[in-house]
Amino acid sequence: MAKLILSVDGTVLKEISLNKERTTLGRKPHNDIQVDNLAVSGEHAAIITILNDSFIEDLNSTNGTLVNGKPIKKHFLQNNDVIEVGKHKLKYFNDAPVQASEQDFEKTMIIRKAPAQSAMSNPAPAPVSAPIVTPAASPAAPHAASMADTQTNMKPLVMPAAPVAPAAQVAAMGQPGAKEAAIQVLSGAAAGRSLDLTKNLTTIGKPGVQVAVITRRPNGFFITHVEGANFPTINGKQLGGQAQQLADHDLIEIAGVKMEFFYKP
Amino acid sequence: MAIINALQIVSVTDPGRVRGHNEDCVESRPEIGIVVLADGMGGYNAGEVASGMATSLIAAGLANGWVKPLLKGKNREQVSAYSQELLKAEVAKANHAIFEASQKDPQCAGMGTTLVACLFYDNFLTVGHIGDSRLYRMRQDALEQVTRDHSLLQEQIDSGLISKEDARSSHNKNLVTRAVGIDPEVETEVNSYEVLEGDIYLLCSDGLNDMIEDEEIQMTLIALRSNLDLTAQQLVQAANDAGGRDNISVMLIKVVSGFGVERGFWARVKSWF
Repeated sequence: MAKLILSVDGTVLKEISLNKERTTLGRKPHNDIQVDNLAVSGEHAAIITILNDSFIEDLNSTNGTLVNGKPIKKHFLQNNDVIEVGKHKLKYFNDAPVQASEQDFEKTMIIRKAPAQSAMSNPAPAPVSAPIVTPAASPAAPHAASMADTQTNMKPLVMPAAPVAPAAQVAAMGQPGAKEAAIQVLSGAAAGRSLDLTKNLTTIGKPGVQVAVITRRPNGFFITHVEGANFPTINGKQLGGQAQQLADHDLIEIAGVKMEFFYKP
Repeated sequence: MAIINALQIVSVTDPGRVRGHNEDCVESRPEIGIVVLADGMGGYNAGEVASGMATSLIAAGLANGWVKPLLKGKNREQVSAYSQELLKAEVAKANHAIFEASQKDPQCAGMGTTLVACLFYDNFLTVGHIGDSRLYRMRQDALEQVTRDHSLLQEQIDSGLISKEDARSSHNKNLVTRAVGIDPEVETEVNSYEVLEGDIYLLCSDGLNDMIEDEEIQMTLIALRSNLDLTAQQLVQAANDAGGRDNISVMLIKVVSGFGVERGFWARVKSWF
């Protein structure tokens, strides 16, 4: 479960588990996290937690809320984010993902709405048919029909999410120190020109006549025939229907043009 | 032109690199322009049971309801309306069957499936979907997501709680708010759209769009569209190269030519011969 560590001047004051859908932060005693300091507004900010994700929202506080040094109105909290209100700091920890076993990776699950009947800080019980996050409420503060009322039809109730990395990042990580490569045109009108293979897909040849694609993959570069009656040749040998991995200094001939593939130093 | 020649259809389904088995299911009926894709969920093999039942029941149901005598005498608007009703009715039947099965067999308890199904006819398409399996359209060089996921994350995006960019790093990606077979009734979202020659339609399970960005999908469709088989394989490969954490299913439908339906006196005369 995600938590916040409240500290001031490097001294840890307390740890707060984000086990409620809405955790409030402010100077007044009724707040879940009370910070008794005049720099903090009576109702300063709220942290909204939906399953494994938490969001912080500044409630128009006088002195504002900073996350990682930047003023925010609303922010999607990431592991290790530091929230600042006045001199107080709250560090956000969300280590839930690490607990996921390989097997449980992001299995798609259904989440259902039950009638909002819990008395928890739910200001307006949402009708059964309402979407889980009620857009009817002020869009800036979707209190969401209490997430405590949602249930899945499978166990566990809340699946520990897999360590989610954006796809692009994963792709990049898949090729640690992957070498850069390029092709240089050796014949024809464009002779001498070279083309860096920086994209995952690079098509070469003449559209409508003969086209091949060079794909950049975690384990190297591959060439595949795309269209045309004739297949390109690699070092004088005709390419088959399957992708073929390119080796340094391979000679490609396509649509009457010769070119060389090479890894950049 | 007859629909079977007007549409080029390619399907690929792959278990990915993490899961032991494939809970996705795809089915197409090229002769009547029907494609169905489902991404099952539930323990043991129940996910496969649910997605398999959904695709086969819905494809068969649509095929039964999509025959000349039932389409005769209807103008384009009426046919479009009929396709929407039919799709809803067939999904409702499949939902009922899956729900019943899950009640009877303890091994199948709680199984369900997402769904995206398209019916192409007379230069339009009708799409029905439930959950987070998607339909995309590439027209000219622009890729557009046609369906909107029924997922917690989409609702968060809609309500402004989270931006589309932030959504990529959400921990709640895997939660759908609607699925076929988990309740006695289900609401199918159904829409019809005009189809143009040259369009490419992509149906996919979240194993594709969770692993690779829309930009990469678009780039692949643009670069390889002259070879539809290769395009589908490349998409699956890219998702696997990015981790392949879920089953990956891809169906591509390329509109090679228009498939308008002739109506009126001459069409009737011609149909006698």
